[in-house]
Amino acid sequence: MDVPTSTTLESPAPGLGSRPPSTGAALPPAQPGAVQVDSGPPPAEPPLAEPPPAEPLVDRYHRSTGRTADRIFRLATGACALSVAALILVAVLYLVHGSVPAFRANGLGAILSPVWDPTNQKYGALSFLFGTAYTSLIGMAIALPLGVLTAVALVEILPKALSQAISLAVELLAAIPSVLLGLWGIFVLVPLVRTVEIAIYKSPLGLKKLPIFAGPPLGVGYLSAGVLLAIMALPFILSVTREVILQVPSAQREAAYALGATRWQAIRRFILPYSWKGIFGAGLLGLARVLGETMAVTMVIGNTPQIKASLFASGYTLASVIANEFTEAPSDLAISALISLGLILLLVSILLNGAARIMLLRLSRSHGTPQEVK
Amino acid sequence: MSGSHRLRKIQGRLMEGVCLLAALLAVIPLFAFMWHLAAKGASSLTLNLFTQLPLPPGEVGGGLKNAIVGSLVVVGLATVAGIPLGVGAAVYMSEFARPKVASSLRFACDVLSGIPSIVMGLLAYQVVVVRMHHFSALSGSVALAFIMLPVVVITTQEMLRLVPHSLREAGHALGIPAWRIASSISLRAAAPGVLTGMILAVSRVAGETAPLLFTSFGNPYLSADPRQPIATLPHTIFTYAISPYDDWHRLAYGGALVLVLGILGSTLLSRFILWWHRRSLNV
Amino acid sequence: MLACADLTIEFNRKAVLKGVSLQFPPRKISAIIGPSGCGKSTLLRSFNRMHDLTKGARVIGSVTLDGREIYNTSEDPVLIRRRIGMVFQKANPFPTLSIYENTIAGLRLAGVTSTPVLKEAAEKALVDAALWDEVKDRLKSSPMTLSGGQQQRLCIARALAVDPEVLLMDEPCSALDPIATSKIEELMFRLRERLIVVIVTHNMQQAARASDRTAFLWMGELIEAGETEAIFTSPKKTMTEDYITGRFG
Repeated sequence: MDVPTSTTLESPAPGLGSRPPSTGAALPPAQPGAVQVDSGPPPAEPPLAEPPPAEPLVDRYHRSTGRTADRIFRLATGACALSVAALILVAVLYLVHGSVPAFRANGLGAILSPVWDPTNQKYGALSFLFGTAYTSLIGMAIALPLGVLTAVALVEILPKALSQAISLAVELLAAIPSVLLGLWGIFVLVPLVRTVEIAIYKSPLGLKKLPIFAGPPLGVGYLSAGVLLAIMALPFILSVTREVILQVPSAQREAAYALGATRWQAIRRFILPYSWKGIFGAGLLGLARVLGETMAVTMVIGNTPQIKASLFASGYTLASVIANEFTEAPSDLAISALISLGLILLLVSILLNGAARIMLLRLSRSHGTPQEVK
Repeated sequence: MSGSHRLRKIQGRLMEGVCLLAALLAVIPLFAFMWHLAAKGASSLTLNLFTQLPLPPGEVGGGLKNAIVGSLVVVGLATVAGIPLGVGAAVYMSEFARPKVASSLRFACDVLSGIPSIVMGLLAYQVVVVRMHHFSALSGSVALAFIMLPVVVITTQEMLRLVPHSLREAGHALGIPAWRIASSISLRAAAPGVLTGMILAVSRVAGETAPLLFTSFGNPYLSADPRQPIATLPHTIFTYAISPYDDWHRLAYGGALVLVLGILGSTLLSRFILWWHRRSLNV
Repeated sequence: MLACADLTIEFNRKAVLKGVSLQFPPRKISAIIGPSGCGKSTLLRSFNRMHDLTKGARVIGSVTLDGREIYNTSEDPVLIRRRIGMVFQKANPFPTLSIYENTIAGLRLAGVTSTPVLKEAAEKALVDAALWDEVKDRLKSSPMTLSGGQQQRLCIARALAVDPEVLLMDEPCSALDPIATSKIEELMFRLRERLIVVIVTHNMQQAARASDRTAFLWMGELIEAGETEAIFTSPKKTMTEDYITGRFG
């Protein structure tokens, strides 16, 4: 990296070099061309009024060593670092504290009941757990294969310029706020999904009899939410998988081709197997991301607390119920129950993220190259 | 042997075609989204959007002035708290901490960045709203600051990491105290990247809705008071989008376009900053 | 017989190899020597069309195996690479495959599925590569548990398993200690009976003791080629003599 030309030091040292520091006998700066004779006393220098103070760490161009300023700076920035790191613990503590009333009233197991009826003090979250899991599953089932295949296309098949353009297009997708994707979801995706669902419903093959396609084709529901989640997870999976595939050493590729592999054989038999662990880590990270996704899902899932196997059915997720019902909770106990749902989301995300990051770290260490996941 | 080889070649080409198809599919959502937004929102992008307050449901017209001002207030406050804290933490991690400590801190930030935003909203609720006994812009800012922090820390730390060690060593050799090296040398060298990271962090939280639902809560009137509930752009878009009123939908699209253009603008701005910096180095 | 005629190779319009004509007769070990950057690896890689994988690479001239052209032909380079095998500077066994799977990797790519055929081919290849005795009890274990020299012999076995006509070796011993090196040179002598061996080396002692014919390249051009003994004892060109006696390179 080039040395930045604009680096300046805060307290410039005026005259540095114009007059040598008087820390004892010192030779004056040599005149160009002059012959240095090293014996004999130095030429006469104007004598100082008083001997220089005997403080070896002080020179006349800085007021102090900056020791105390150093200490303060270190403390201040260290406090920042500590507070950021402590945030996780603080979050857990506060949410546990907020959930305690709900747990005390209904016991821990009540969470697993399928009945959610806050007005009658029923706080079973099973339908939300199911909804979160089901939509995330659909989302990952779409995003993972799509992401991996796209990454293969970008790294191994397409020319560099096109591959960079496509990467950019997908990266920009990640910058779209969830609520805006939800907006698009309501007015574009849901009608589209509804058309597909109606086609399946009317299909002469009798597909509507299958449990996975059962129920009226409303458009809103698990499928729409799953598709939006896939769109949100895709940039993540794509970027990590790309990195992982790029990391496959060229020696491996050469060995495969030299043995007479076609391009697809090299990809499928040698490059992808090398990358599975990294792809798995990417999948975990993507999953952690979609589990807590709130706005887009809330706008297209139908918000019905039920458990159904059909893609067409409406559902509810942990994040959505918190979003919808928190401000209208009928009692403090209901609020506490919602906070406990948030606690579940918090703990699951910490676990998944932690596990995925550790896995990716171990992977990059074993391959000998440090790998950063943004 | 040659027959099966041809079969394998065809198989390979087919699979490669599938990969190319996947790449095509991956690009569609962005364009579909942008196209739809532009088509629906362009007509709403008038001055009224910024200067008028929303009208009661059923009445046509009005704007999103309260939401836009509110977003500026909430995001602004969050930035005031989040950026210095985040940069400070990153400076500590990059310049002072021992490697083991630095990597643990980084790990904590990575995990933090994965926590769902609605959970951060719950935390802000517990910390601020419960104490104040009512919703407020301040609690929304706190939630957004929580979300912003790990992003700022990670990008700042990455940028500081890029500063070559030789620069710091030169500072040490000149007898400059460590804290000056950190601020005047490392941070200054990394400044464009750090600035970029800040811009991206801010634009990211500007679009957050979930944590604001029960912190800043929303407000149909114009307000800039941090202690009162306040409307924000993403929250208003949400409320209007799920409403049954066409005119509110129209406003939602207008607001959405404003938000997207803002985010796009900041992404472009940050890329421009990096490009300009790189150019100034190569002169 | 492997031969190239008037071979010129360009990378992004810059000529790296200029008008090289050489012949590599059967049942002989041929060495290509020269200082770093003289183009020896580039030359070697042109024989199995590895440059097809490099963007901006252009191969002009002809390379023939038993009289048949390797370039400018409708034949798939994939098939050419099965007849001309390659061993690389640093051993590159596939880490996700076992020792056995590594050995038969090339056969699997070619579509061979019969287990007895694969097992027999693996044993034969490992015996030829002088590795069988050392790994026969742990064929299922990871190749990363082997030493550097063993891994390189595994790569040789892998290349031999597809029964190629030519074996190209790109500085195969440069990352190995003298004992491992001598083991590989020993097996090269045995392989010579069955296939054409072409080795690129920057180690002149190795070229002198291990090869029958030697070609000396400098700055992309062929300076001199002939019987190894003649090249090393009475080189015709002064440049050759200077290089061999260590005056440069």
